[in-house]
Amino acid sequence: MSDSHDGHAAEHVEHPPVPYFAIFGTLCVFTLITIGASFVELGKAGNVVLALAIAAFKASLVMLFFMHLKYEKRPIVLIALAPFILVAVLIMALFPDILNGQYHSDDHEFKEAPAAEPHEAK
Amino acid sequence: MSDAHAHNFDNDVYEPALEGTFNGKLAMWLFLCSEVMFFSGLMGAYMTLRIGHPENFVFGHDTLHGSIGLAAFNTALLISSSLTMALAVLAGQKKETSKQRMLLLATAAMGTLFLILKSVEYGTKIEHGLLPRHDLFFAFYWTLTAIHGIHILAGVIPIMGLWWFAKTKDVSGECEMIGLYWHFVDLVWIFLFPLLYLI
Repeated sequence: MSDSHDGHAAEHVEHPPVPYFAIFGTLCVFTLITIGASFVELGKAGNVVLALAIAAFKASLVMLFFMHLKYEKRPIVLIALAPFILVAVLIMALFPDILNGQYHSDDHEFKEAPAAEPHEAK
Repeated sequence: MSDAHAHNFDNDVYEPALEGTFNGKLAMWLFLCSEVMFFSGLMGAYMTLRIGHPENFVFGHDTLHGSIGLAAFNTALLISSSLTMALAVLAGQKKETSKQRMLLLATAAMGTLFLILKSVEYGTKIEHGLLPRHDLFFAFYWTLTAIHGIHILAGVIPIMGLWWFAKTKDVSGECEMIGLYWHFVDLVWIFLFPLLYLI
């Protein structure tokens, strides 16, 4: 045990000290900013975009510093990024449904079909 | 577990799949990749249905946004526990065992407090009849927060295990693995908090 662990402990001494407390402070400040911003009217899309942008920024700080991705070898970084490409694909795959209104609230057939006339309409 | 690995290393039975990274850590990253897809599936459904049926989400948003205090405190708790976990990993690598154990205990305590406060929040929701069947928003609220809560619980238990075993063994590698998981759980909350409480 000690052999392999010494090996990887030594490997970690190589990178410069991680500014944990500065990252923690930044995360706290941006949490306060995002809470404060939610009480300011920025338009329907404005609030959503700002909240998600701050969340993405905070998430990248956690990944880069707390999860050490900034200091990791390239294969680990690539593995960590792979699902985000898939998430982008997933969200793009959802766009057609959102945009052509298939699940839109005006589509009463979608809302009422299960209760009123289950299969006869088709 | 690790003992056997170290001894077999000379016989070429144990080979790290990735040069310079122990296999447990690589496995944890791969597991976290699958977790990202798991949560993004749920969040994608939330996004699609919220855009399609905005009227089903107005009441829920107003209710949760109106009493944000507890959730904000919970957010601060998780960020703080991420800090103590990161410091525990560092202490483990420096062989500062007593410091590592103290930080692990602090992390587990904050995780437990998060769950207690979550239960308080659930209690008031149940009191007001805001169950999953209330509307689409609360169906997502319960699903997402409960699954996240189970993840917290699934983190607190191994962290307590680390605290226990660190007394007699070097668990710095295991600590780093669990640390990655714990930061991921924090990361999920970083997205859930604005999605459910703020926007």
